[in-house]
Amino acid sequence: MSAVLTAAPPALPPQMTPVRVAGVVKETHDTFTLTLDPPGEEAAGRFLPGQFSMLYVFGVGELPISISGDPGDSGRLVYTVRSVGKATNALVNCQPGQWVGVRGPFGTSWPIEEARGNDVLIVAGGIGLAPLRPAIQHILRHRDDYVRLLVLYGARSPKDLLYRKELAGWARLPDTQVLTTVDYGGVNWRGYVGVVTTLFRYVRLHPGRTTAMICGPEIMMRFVIRELEKRGLPDADIYLSMERNMKCAVGFCGHCQLGPYFVCKDGPIFPFTKMRPWLDKHEL
Amino acid sequence: MDSKTLTDVLREHPFLEGLKPNHVQKLAEVALEVQFARDQIVFREGDETSLFYLLASGKVALEVSAPGRVVRIQTLGEGDELGWSSLLGNAGKTFQARSLEPVRAIGFDAIRLRQVWEQDPAFGYQFMTRLLKVVAQRLQATRLQLLDLYAPRGTKLV
Repeated sequence: MSAVLTAAPPALPPQMTPVRVAGVVKETHDTFTLTLDPPGEEAAGRFLPGQFSMLYVFGVGELPISISGDPGDSGRLVYTVRSVGKATNALVNCQPGQWVGVRGPFGTSWPIEEARGNDVLIVAGGIGLAPLRPAIQHILRHRDDYVRLLVLYGARSPKDLLYRKELAGWARLPDTQVLTTVDYGGVNWRGYVGVVTTLFRYVRLHPGRTTAMICGPEIMMRFVIRELEKRGLPDADIYLSMERNMKCAVGFCGHCQLGPYFVCKDGPIFPFTKMRPWLDKHEL
Repeated sequence: MDSKTLTDVLREHPFLEGLKPNHVQKLAEVALEVQFARDQIVFREGDETSLFYLLASGKVALEVSAPGRVVRIQTLGEGDELGWSSLLGNAGKTFQARSLEPVRAIGFDAIRLRQVWEQDPAFGYQFMTRLLKVVAQRLQATRLQLLDLYAPRGTKLV
């Protein structure tokens, strides 16, 4: 990997801001949280929950990563990255002080305004909790604007759970219910074992007064939507994050086209009403 | 179960939601309140028990033993059903059940339940329809679990 650890930022393509890595924290065996110093321009550090940036590792490549930090925070940009390929490996191996390139933020956001006055149901699977964390943090910062906060989180195994301390902290808050489940649990795991949809048995939803925000593998999201429909949640109150093949982030290259939409430009957060015709289409 | 009568607890259990009052009453006549301490084995793999439980509170893990380890395959909680295979007359439990926290439940002897249903087949049909839904939900959940949805993209299952 070509580490860029110099005093001066390297030359960058237009619209890309050079930003220094402030730190990298290991979340799980394969997932890391990367914090970047505030970008030079104040506006570049502002984002809405659910938006993503394009992160460029010099000499390796550029990739879309959801912002996972607190939108009310100091302007530092936070990303949780699963190390699964060349570019993500390079990103999580960045050293503090190293330069990376940032474009964005891009895309639509979770419906934090529309959800005011409602219960908010967060359903996350695997690394899908990362793009939802800013929404949770926003709700906690503006607690009086929302009624109950329900978080249902599923992961592969206990060692794959993200933000374990935060989850435990959220669970202790009033009017907040946090249920965590894993697909495979050992004998030391005392939480739930089973897919995330099984957790719906332990929460009481108020249809018409609940906004659902879902992020995870598409198959999981489809089954979560079925559970929500069984419980009478209107389609208009369901939002999901589609993170398909984003490449250019501006709707130009067409890699992420889904029906009439470009996920990077028209999403990644969509109301389910827009996604309904496309979610279970084969070969899309 | 605190100040609630057994019939109240049965009426409020999700498994019995919408059941006719006379059927709930018949269930109450053969029901038994049970409690398990944390980490108590409710039944072991291979046990020949005819008990079926409706969980009122607490958490129970279903486990299977493999050489050198125990795998926890599912967790059940308040409002769930435990030991459904007893109702089919199956001899021998497929999995081990262990309470993860103090559990309160209502137990039914499947042999007695079947006697009740033989006298009132409409009640038996209602009960078995509910049970089939539970079994179908567990089958669907197991299939999703097998998909290993959260594995990194490109990970091959077979």
